[in-house]
Amino acid sequence: MTFEYASAPESTSVVKIKPEYGLFINGKFLPAKGGKVFSTINPATEAHLSKVAFAAPSDVDKAVAAARTAYSKVWSKMPAAERGKYLFRIARILQERAREFAVLETMDNGKPIRETRDTDIPLAAAHFFYHAGWADKLEHAGVGTAPKPHGVVGQIIPWNFPLLMLSWKIAPALATGNTVVLKPAETTPLTALLFAEVCQQAGLPAGVVNIVTGDGSTGAAIVNHPGIDKIAFTGSTDVGKGIARAIAGSKKSATLELGGKGANIVFEDAPIDETVEGIITGIFFNQGHVCCAGSRLLVQENIHDELMAKLKARISKIRVGDPLDKNTDLGAINSSAQLEKIRELTASGVEEGAEQWSPSCNLPSKGFWFPPTVFTGVTQAHKIAREEIFGPVLSVLTFRTPQEAIEKANNTPFGLSAGIWTDKGSRILWTAKHLKAGVIWANTFNKFDPASPFGGYKESGWGREGGRHGLAAYLKGGH
Amino acid sequence: MRIDVKKTYKLYIGGAFPRSESGRSYEISDKKGNFIANPAQASRKDLRDAVVAARAAHSGWSSATAFNRGQILYRVAEIMEGRTSQFVDEIVATEGVAPAAAKKQVQEAIDLWVWYSGWCDKIGSIYGSTNQVSGAFYNFTIPESVGVVAAFAPQKSSLLGLVHTIAPIIAGGNTVIAIASEKLPLCAITLSEALATSDLPGGVVNILTGITSELAPWAGSHMEIDAIDASGLTSSQDKEVRVSGADNLKRISSFKAEATPQRLLAFMEHKTVWHPIGI
Repeated sequence: MTFEYASAPESTSVVKIKPEYGLFINGKFLPAKGGKVFSTINPATEAHLSKVAFAAPSDVDKAVAAARTAYSKVWSKMPAAERGKYLFRIARILQERAREFAVLETMDNGKPIRETRDTDIPLAAAHFFYHAGWADKLEHAGVGTAPKPHGVVGQIIPWNFPLLMLSWKIAPALATGNTVVLKPAETTPLTALLFAEVCQQAGLPAGVVNIVTGDGSTGAAIVNHPGIDKIAFTGSTDVGKGIARAIAGSKKSATLELGGKGANIVFEDAPIDETVEGIITGIFFNQGHVCCAGSRLLVQENIHDELMAKLKARISKIRVGDPLDKNTDLGAINSSAQLEKIRELTASGVEEGAEQWSPSCNLPSKGFWFPPTVFTGVTQAHKIAREEIFGPVLSVLTFRTPQEAIEKANNTPFGLSAGIWTDKGSRILWTAKHLKAGVIWANTFNKFDPASPFGGYKESGWGREGGRHGLAAYLKGGH
Repeated sequence: MRIDVKKTYKLYIGGAFPRSESGRSYEISDKKGNFIANPAQASRKDLRDAVVAARAAHSGWSSATAFNRGQILYRVAEIMEGRTSQFVDEIVATEGVAPAAAKKQVQEAIDLWVWYSGWCDKIGSIYGSTNQVSGAFYNFTIPESVGVVAAFAPQKSSLLGLVHTIAPIIAGGNTVIAIASEKLPLCAITLSEALATSDLPGGVVNILTGITSELAPWAGSHMEIDAIDASGLTSSQDKEVRVSGADNLKRISSFKAEATPQRLLAFMEHKTVWHPIGI
């Protein structure tokens, strides 16, 4: 049976995109040096959305200077409880303007409105609310009785969860008494700039939050800036390693949230219908643009055929298309560059001998699109089993024994996430114990919460974000 | 008159005491330049052998119960106590300090093992957590060992600095390749003799003596080393291992000589597990 859905587009009237946005420095929007700008588009339609200032190193200088002054003159002197109240205010304003943020995020990013509305924006607000309550309790954060902030923190965030990653970065930094210079991703700057308006509405002292838009060169100017005390970065493992090299020998510390190739392990006794839903969430949530995606499905051999049949039937029901449509499950790929990368890697899957499958689906003619895709017959040597695709592409491998599942799951330089599907409690805990991954979802997948630490083992990065552990990273000496 | 029977100072790798595979040794002398000993000068190959031993020992050591690890660390203190005079003699000879000061250093080192022994089964309770997520999930975070750690002991301390370095690393369930102070390496080998008789499985602690500047770059670039304690490195060596260590994103820290749970946590990873609650 096939369900037909009438389109149910979310109205964009709630959003007023300005023709041009400046850099947010010291509480004001300023043009970049020489008035340089770049364009941001809607990846679902390729329509131009706005022009955004392109920050030069001298603009980063200004932002760092503003953050330093705000740190030493205002933010570090303010009673902690008062600092927390600003974060509570920000959380409330994000909730008040949630629909506006959700629509803008969907337009600039390409992800479905269902996800921005139900996940990205509520979680972003929750992050500020959670960390607001920490501001006056830092002596309980496990970093000694008189914990100290780093000072000025440089933060660089990716395009896959623009506002949510901003909140993961800014909320703990401010709660612990740091001030920030944040660079949003080149393809998704708009919700960060709308957040700058939220800072103004909240009356946040000027210079506590500074937002500089630009590309990798802007990010490098932040990383190498002598006035920055700590770096927090979410992005690719390659860039993360570059940051680790760049700050070697300096006083800067860093938190790095990098790539992943998460193993989603299905044992023979798994509740199969729930597991199918979990696999879908694991790889198709946010078009698979998720560092912790369950992109390697490890299936116990004897249930492989049954599970694949059910999974393919379910994938055939995924609705791909207009991200603003409330029925849409899978939205647009964020950029043409990312689409090209997904195409290259999937082509290598075919060349190396894996079997590619996608349901028949009509992709829009404009914009960047890739259908939900499953590769079966994948071996550990295949590129699609080793490299992060960062798209809606699942690689399926099999195993016979739990020991073999662990060996295959851990056979990767990454160590961010993993999934376990089984009805047996002791097997869940045994598997979780042996997996080298920072976040393990058992009989669920891709759940996030401000109270829950997130971050990876091995080449998936340094440190945690969220929870007490993430907070501690913004205090000197914290682990 | 009786001639002393002098000790050959060898490496400690995988529970055995080999000489350097390179056949090299280097001379240690006292403050006045008088010859003391020819400890082994570890090579890149010795370091690699030690990494293999440490990796092989990691799964057993990290999955031993915390109570068991705590008892073994305490056992190290017991065995060291009985060897106090030997450590004192070596400290007096190499550091040129008075016997009373040497004895104080030894006693502090022994007490440090006792302190870290007690941390083994408490670090998870104090620094793990159950997390109050909004939803019907049970969610908890536990610290776990990071894996194989290369540790450069402080250069100016024979024994206490070395214990500050090794004890927290293995208390957290890691295995370690410790590189002793270049000029003060004798206590390190005597310590390894105490470790070898303390129920500590072979390979959990490996101790190399040699030239720090020779070994540091190989430790930085070794892809099977997960983390580095860089306390005994100069600032330029420290920078160098941080640059080469970025290739596999090693966790690299250095410390003042103080006992703190942050030293355990620097070599631990936090693992968070979610499970739905339902009937």
